[in-house]
Amino acid sequence: MKQVFKRPKSLKDVPFHFCPGCHHGVIHRLVAECIDLYDLQEKTICAASVGCSVFMYDYFDVDVCESPHGRAAAVATGIKRARPENFVFTYQGDGDLAALGIAEGLHAANRGENITIIFVNNTVYGMTGGQMAPTTMLGQTTTTSPFGRDFHREGYPIRMAELMTMLGGTTFSARVAVNTPKNLMQAKKVLKKAFEVQIQNQGFSFVEFLSSCPTNWKMTPEKANQRVQDEMIPYFPLGIYKDSE
Amino acid sequence: MSKPNIELINGNESIARGAMAANCKYYFGYPITPQNEIPEYLSRHLPAVGGTFIQAESEIASINMLLGAGATGARAMTSSSSPGISLKQEGISYMAGSEIPGVIVNMSRSGPGLGGISPSQGDYFQATRGGGHGDYRVIVLAPFSVQENYDLTMKAFDLSDKYRNPVLVLGDALLGQMKEPVTLHPYEPREFDKPWTLTGAKGRKSRFLKSLYLNEGDLTKHNWKLFQKYQQMKAEIEYQTYLVEDADLVVVSFGSVARIIKSSINMAREQGMKVGLFRPITLYPYPEEPLRQLSTKIQHFFVVELNTGQMVEDVKLSVDKGAQVDFYGRPPGSIPTPNELFEEIKKVYR
Ligand SMILES: Cc1ncc(C[n+]2csc(CCOP(=O)(O)OP(=O)(O)O)c2C)c(N)n1
Ligand code: SF4
Repeated sequence: MKQVFKRPKSLKDVPFHFCPGCHHGVIHRLVAECIDLYDLQEKTICAASVGCSVFMYDYFDVDVCESPHGRAAAVATGIKRARPENFVFTYQGDGDLAALGIAEGLHAANRGENITIIFVNNTVYGMTGGQMAPTTMLGQTTTTSPFGRDFHREGYPIRMAELMTMLGGTTFSARVAVNTPKNLMQAKKVLKKAFEVQIQNQGFSFVEFLSSCPTNWKMTPEKANQRVQDEMIPYFPLGIYKDSE
Repeated sequence: MSKPNIELINGNESIARGAMAANCKYYFGYPITPQNEIPEYLSRHLPAVGGTFIQAESEIASINMLLGAGATGARAMTSSSSPGISLKQEGISYMAGSEIPGVIVNMSRSGPGLGGISPSQGDYFQATRGGGHGDYRVIVLAPFSVQENYDLTMKAFDLSDKYRNPVLVLGDALLGQMKEPVTLHPYEPREFDKPWTLTGAKGRKSRFLKSLYLNEGDLTKHNWKLFQKYQQMKAEIEYQTYLVEDADLVVVSFGSVARIIKSSINMAREQGMKVGLFRPITLYPYPEEPLRQLSTKIQHFFVVELNTGQMVEDVKLSVDKGAQVDFYGRPPGSIPTPNELFEEIKKVYR
């Protein structure tokens, strides 16, 4: 019988620690598939971040460097400048990239660093127990916005994929989701383009994944998927925002 | 034999040239007085040797770029001055925790807060006690001349590679700005095995560099391992003595103030006062044992610092119980003259 589905080579054969219904696992898989597709396993160095993805080195069978909270884009810059021959990506949550690390992310983009940022937006700080993130939606309650996010008090959710397009150094910026098979297929296509930008030395590429956090959203996995569709996509529209390769 | 290459350069340039001589290829920094000649020099000269200079968006970004470059095994450096070093502390802690080498220069100025740009030794605690969070140490080298700026910066790269640990060069505004003739020794390369670097997992298992250990007991084990390493660093202890053999009073000073007080000690000697100098060059590891040995013969010490009392604690911890330790501190904001310090020596000399 022909095998049609198997574990990507660049993912270790260990179970994920992610909660049921969390999209981190799916996104890990997509990234690993692209690493395999372009035969990058032996060339990749990842700058990991803190947050629910902090254990990346347990899952990805590639070289991984830990970064302080928010600083992955700076760590990746140092790695890539020292080893331009390697494929370098960061994997960051919304707390990581859009709060502490917003300067590092924007400036790496603006310098046109030849790296790829994988940005996982689940509108919440997952690992620390569901506090408000810069991407938390208006009206969304979290443990630190118990009355619902109000722009008078907490400002607006930040749209990173759009923000990245404003910078001269950004070559590619897009937003995708993995809540439906259709969106997932599209996400893979977009991710491939982002990888190609770096592989062809065309500069900075950025992919924002809309992701679920059933645990902190206090929803079933099904409901969480539906929330991505009904609430997140209207405010964070999917699409390729910049493609100047 | 060819003539030694001697040039008249300022202290900051001397650091930059020491780094380049030691094959440093990557520099990441953010401007702050009084160390700007370091990035300025490297921005002009690194590209010519195939290196990279990045003016980062902040001190925080630059220390993390250093972390990234260090993780690949490259020789890299960042430099700053006091407030900037405060911002780098989290990154330094991560580097120590993940055992990533890198050289960090602090041409310190006066604080706290924005303080001022005059020389100060107010960052001694920050430098030697870890500075950032957690139970870690960095090797701290304290030059006292433009020549030592060059030599110790070069050495910092070797020590950093040898111990897989950040190394701090602690100077100050005075040592950064003054000009002196410097012998620009060529670097004698030291080879270090680096079986830990991140280069892509070609022909080997994938690797990770991390400081996170959550399983019960793992972090304790990791910290014990780091502790062992910090103990081994004692092999690198360096210090200098001046006229201590017959001394009744030994001044203990480091960096720029040790330089000034050498003149005061000469004045004292001219007046028949038997005064000597003990100058720690490694501030961590501190030259405890040599100082203790000295204190079994000479029982009177006079610690002089450009702060209100920091290194004096290490001196008190090092010397024999019976020894007397006097202290003179000059808070940041002005520099004592040799005459003023001579007056202070007279006050304590018996
Ligand atoms: C300097 C610093 N501040 C705070 C933290 C605590 N912290 C760890 S993970 C995290 C939030 C991560 O959220 P996000 O980046 O959105 O990732 P997620 O867990 O949702 O995947 C925070 C605040 C830290 N590790 N370091
Ligand atoms: S807390 Fe949220 S983001 Fe973290 S693993 Fe669970 S579902 Fe995923």
